[in-house]
Amino acid sequence: MNKIVVLLTALGLALGLSFSVQAGPEEDLKAFQGYFKKNFPDVPFDEWSNGLYALPAAADRRAEWEQIEEFPPYELDLAKGKKFWETNNLASCFKNGGKGIAQNYPYWDKKRKEVRTVELDINECLTRQGKKPIKNLKKGTMAQVVSHFRSMSKGNRVKIDLSDPGARVEYTRGRQYFWAKRGQLNFSCANCHVHQAGKFIGGNILSAGLGHGVGFPTYRNKWGGLGTLHRRYGGCNKQVRAKPLKAQSKEYRALELFEAYMNTGLPLTAPSNRG
Amino acid sequence: MRKSSTLFGALSAAVLAASLVAAPAAHAAKAGAGKGGEMPSKKVCAKATDPLVVGGCLATNRKKGNCMACHQFKGIEKTRLQAGNIAPPLVAMKQRFPDKAKLRAQIADPTKANPNSSMPPYGRHSIVSGGEIDLITEWAHTL
Ligand code: HEC
Ligand code: HEC
Repeated sequence: MNKIVVLLTALGLALGLSFSVQAGPEEDLKAFQGYFKKNFPDVPFDEWSNGLYALPAAADRRAEWEQIEEFPPYELDLAKGKKFWETNNLASCFKNGGKGIAQNYPYWDKKRKEVRTVELDINECLTRQGKKPIKNLKKGTMAQVVSHFRSMSKGNRVKIDLSDPGARVEYTRGRQYFWAKRGQLNFSCANCHVHQAGKFIGGNILSAGLGHGVGFPTYRNKWGGLGTLHRRYGGCNKQVRAKPLKAQSKEYRALELFEAYMNTGLPLTAPSNRG
Repeated sequence: MRKSSTLFGALSAAVLAASLVAAPAAHAAKAGAGKGGEMPSKKVCAKATDPLVVGGCLATNRKKGNCMACHQFKGIEKTRLQAGNIAPPLVAMKQRFPDKAKLRAQIADPTKANPNSSMPPYGRHSIVSGGEIDLITEWAHTL
């Protein structure tokens, strides 16, 4: 059995794009978006919402991807998600019936002192009505319902509120997770999605961290269906032989908060197809 | 056994000629590095005993070295493996690493030279054994 080595090294933060210890989220944001602007001057800002397809390295995959988006493989899933949303009267639990609000997710809940994702809010809404919460938080019904929810905000620009000190604590937790090396293969998220973004790892192009999540849930052939963002996080942990965390764990929600804040200003594209 | 799906596994599936970013320097490398320069097939690897061939087998095994995920090197174009372009091509190794111990050290723990290296610390994290690092080092030195 593989011994799983989780190595959190501060040194991982030391080189390349790095954040100074005292910098706040606002400075981080400038540095993060500035890094990609500088290294990919020909990629228009909004393009980062398209994941790896934004990159020059993916130029020859782009046409095929656009073609698939015309008859997207997730259409049926999206319809199922809408039906579930309506049958279970989920609109009753959300501001504005859930329309046009996804760009503010995840958010800090002051009362409960925790980061709330739409997955948690959907399950809470079901529980409140005396119904069973959705168990699988990575695929299936949850991915379908979240797709419907986020599709009602398509094109809206990410805006995350970090004004509460509690939110900033979780933001910092997520930021640390993103920059720390882990797993037997010793990679940080940033190694692949900042420092090597736009390069090939074997036959795979590495997407930029900028834009991570705005297209989720996403459809992948490898998955044979839709998956949530936390499903992807788990996959990315596994490929460096690190132990994946549970979907909706505190760490993954903090990571989502960090990644979402880095996307400030990008238009939502979910659901999407990633081939 | 835990399935390591992965960076390492998934890569094979993608069909993309563009990933064979031919590193110009790779072509400049001298041919005739002997067995070390040849890309061993699965069949050959299954019963290989020649240390250089075994080294090459370890280096190109996805569960072991998987060096081609990031590096381009001679012989890869003769296989169905896809090389990445994250790292510098492995060429002219004898000239660039006259001291074999330095080459071995880079493979055993690249974070010594660059703490933020994207290269896995094969020795420090026991990704392969010490003996396997020796074999990979011998093979890499022939490139
Ligand atoms: C060893 C390389 C590697 C590491 C480390 C890694 N990833 Fe990934 N990641 C990939 C590859 C390859 C893909 C698929 C291609 C792409 O979209 O980048 C991917 C895809 C993603 C996507 C989907 C992007 C999209 O728009 O479809 C997200 C989000 C993501 N990774 C987040 C993370 C996070 C967060 C971490 C750290 C916990 C991480 N990754 C660590 C290689 C890596
Ligand atoms: C996931 C990426 C990755 C993998 C896999 C990888 N390397 Fe590297 N390697 C790098 C990077 C990046 C560098 C550049 C220096 C640095 O950042 O450490 C490097 C540098 C090197 C160097 C120094 C090259 C020079 O020109 O100075 C050698 C030698 C080397 N690698 C050998 C290997 C061998 C042998 C293997 C397989 C057993 C391997 N690498 C696997 C990423 C990788």
